[in-house]
Amino acid sequence: MSASAAKIIQPVEALALDRNGARVSPIGSRAFLLEATGEFDLAAQRRIWALSRAVELWSETLEIVPGMTNLLVVLTVTPEDPEALALRLLEAWEQAESIDLAGRTIEIAVTYGGEHATDLAALCDRSGLSDHEVVRIHYEGTYRVFALGSAPGFGYLHGLDPRIYMPRKTVPSLNMARGCVTIGGMQTGVAVLTGPNGWNSIGFAELQMFDPMSATPAVMAPGDTVRFVPASIEL
Amino acid sequence: MIEIIQTGPFNTVQDLGRPGFRNIGVTASGAMDPLALKIGNSLLGNETGAAVLEIQTYPFKLRFSKATAFVVTGADCGASIDGRTVQPWCALSVGGGQVLELGQPRVATRAYICFAGGIDVASVMGSRSTSLRGAFGGNEGRFLITGDVLQLGEVSAPLNLPATGLAVVDPTYALSDVYPAHEDGALVVRAIPAGEHSLFGEDAERFWSQTWKISTQSDRTGYRLMGEPIKPTTPVEMRSHGVVSGVVQVPPSGEPIIQMADANTAGGYPKIAGVIEADLWRLGQARIGSRLRFVRVTHAQAAEVERAVVGFIDDVGKTSRMVCGALQAMK
Repeated sequence: MSASAAKIIQPVEALALDRNGARVSPIGSRAFLLEATGEFDLAAQRRIWALSRAVELWSETLEIVPGMTNLLVVLTVTPEDPEALALRLLEAWEQAESIDLAGRTIEIAVTYGGEHATDLAALCDRSGLSDHEVVRIHYEGTYRVFALGSAPGFGYLHGLDPRIYMPRKTVPSLNMARGCVTIGGMQTGVAVLTGPNGWNSIGFAELQMFDPMSATPAVMAPGDTVRFVPASIEL
Repeated sequence: MIEIIQTGPFNTVQDLGRPGFRNIGVTASGAMDPLALKIGNSLLGNETGAAVLEIQTYPFKLRFSKATAFVVTGADCGASIDGRTVQPWCALSVGGGQVLELGQPRVATRAYICFAGGIDVASVMGSRSTSLRGAFGGNEGRFLITGDVLQLGEVSAPLNLPATGLAVVDPTYALSDVYPAHEDGALVVRAIPAGEHSLFGEDAERFWSQTWKISTQSDRTGYRLMGEPIKPTTPVEMRSHGVVSGVVQVPPSGEPIIQMADANTAGGYPKIAGVIEADLWRLGQARIGSRLRFVRVTHAQAAEVERAVVGFIDDVGKTSRMVCGALQAMK
């Protein structure tokens, strides 16, 4: 066994720093995740947006990926001292003042009910509401794009009325269509790819959410406000 | 120009991927064995990230429409030109009309065909990689089919390759001092404990101590591993967060998933570890049904391996330029 192979069998403590409402841990050699450990709300997300802006300017930052009250930072090279990097991230978090992103307002025309609303009945059963009530509560809401991810251009929307929260399915739908208007736990969004999907569909929207040939490929951006407008209701 | 004469599914145009768009949900893509791509391009005097063909189903056959230079790197698939065997990791000149054929490799799994000038498909969002999931990039956003014709990039100063070719030692041997050998037939994969490692209690030790088998449900998106399940001591409900390839997530079944080149950009399963970037190419060459074991390392150790790999690629590029330059001078 070579010297370098001998070295690697020594146990190494896991690096996970937890301080002042945030926690930093590594993903592999070049990525670090900062998670806000407090409430899942807009206030926390506004600080994540501020942190994103600050960290994006670091010379060693290759890519930032804001998530749901968390931020993944991908570096250009593997840091020799990951603890120093983690501490720097935590300091940046402590200094991150809440900012609001001045986003656009996007109106999405939705056909509620109909052939794509495969989970509307289950949502009525769970909530004890009629289909008309579920649909009305959904389109009366005002939503904020917290982050994009999972699939090209998919926006995680915050602001769902707790009366129509619906957990993700344990067995995903195998072939949900692009455009399905869905609810996943306390979040809502519009499916951007046809394929397996664990969220619950209550309607359908024609809006194309992503165009790779465009200068701005994603229609949504963090901070945008989204309203769903009922184009038709087929119940 | 090259024409695809025979191909199986899932062979695609790849480069080093399109990092920088995970924040809008776009996976990085790129070669599963980026080291093979970089070495191949360096040998040919290309930009290290020029677009190549990633072949993972065989047999594969293409015809060159005019004279150029190429190299097959990655898995050794007994390549031949017009029926004559060509060595892997050996850059060769080729004439118009000649046919390159690749067979099923006996070890490893993915071969890279690199061409002087690279494959000239349109760059989409900064990369020529095919995103199969998003159906864009590469050749019309899809895998190659028989009859496809691909353009090659312009070569400003053609390489003066020796008639017998210009070869580099397979990095499996050339870099053997920084890559541990297989142990009892299992690939040794180095990883760093990730955020939820401590939540697995005693099961965390079983993650590192057992050998895992790569299941048939494995592709460019990720590898599902089979073994004795590991579970967190208490269930965790995670908020969705960004992930990178190499992350080892543990779904409720207790059998880990390693996200690969076409990784989802966000995840919510507890993550027990992250494979170091310098070891991802070895995973990219691991076969379905083969076994692997994870070994813990530090960031400093990962950085040391990274430096050795970067040094090796630089050497290949320098040596290639020097040899071909000397041959040119002798003319």
